[in-house]
Amino acid sequence: MFHQILFIIFGAVCVAGAINLLAQRHPINSALSLVVVMGSLALIYLLLGAEFVAAVQVIVYAGAIMVLFVFTIMLLNAGAEERTRGSHIALWVGGPGVVVLVGMISWIMFKQLGEVEIGSMVNKTDNTHGIATLLFKDFLLPFEITSVLILIAIMGAVVLAGRRR
Amino acid sequence: MVPLSWYLILSAILFCLGVSAFLLKRNIITIFMSIELMLNAVNLSFVAFANHWRNLNGQVFVFFVMVVAAAEATVGLAIIIAVFRTRETLNVDRVNLLKL
Repeated sequence: MFHQILFIIFGAVCVAGAINLLAQRHPINSALSLVVVMGSLALIYLLLGAEFVAAVQVIVYAGAIMVLFVFTIMLLNAGAEERTRGSHIALWVGGPGVVVLVGMISWIMFKQLGEVEIGSMVNKTDNTHGIATLLFKDFLLPFEITSVLILIAIMGAVVLAGRRR
Repeated sequence: MVPLSWYLILSAILFCLGVSAFLLKRNIITIFMSIELMLNAVNLSFVAFANHWRNLNGQVFVFFVMVVAAAEATVGLAIIIAVFRTRETLNVDRVNLLKL
């Protein structure tokens, strides 16, 4: 019961933040509502017993990536976006389309997995230890490949954003 | 306890809001942020299924998705800066040539 109340509160905050991202015209407001979405998603990860993912969500997503976004918005001095004719048509066609899509997915989920409960998180104290074991034993090669990917991304960012001569 | 379907429905709602923000928004930075929202929605269903099957592989995949998202955000924002330097605009309707 307590879990359900917490889930409903943070899920509502999540959805409200996502709707606010869609509704705001100025990119900095969208960025701040995305921070709200990511923070409440971290709390939902805690409800699921995933402490490591919750901590990484706060540090990497809400911290590093969003700082990068806000920094770019400030650097480019982005103002409120301008509406065009195409976006009005997309609003009137796409809005009901999204509602229908969410309704269909929710209906299928309730029909297929309506009574499947998620187990209790009582004996899941070694979450981070288990992830570390998996990451450095079974997924060692993908882990190293992602580190190379990050290195290439850094070099690409320097090359692309560096000042042209 | 919370049923599994609630988590998946929340994930579906967030993903659809991300898709609609991707299609409706005209600012290139906001379009990038809606991609991050979609990745977060997928991460939520990964963690929910990892909990459901009592298997930590899903959480390791979330870790990899986060790394790829960080790399993608870095390169994407660098491209946005490079585009802004030549076009002086962030509106995607006005960026209609691949040429820098």
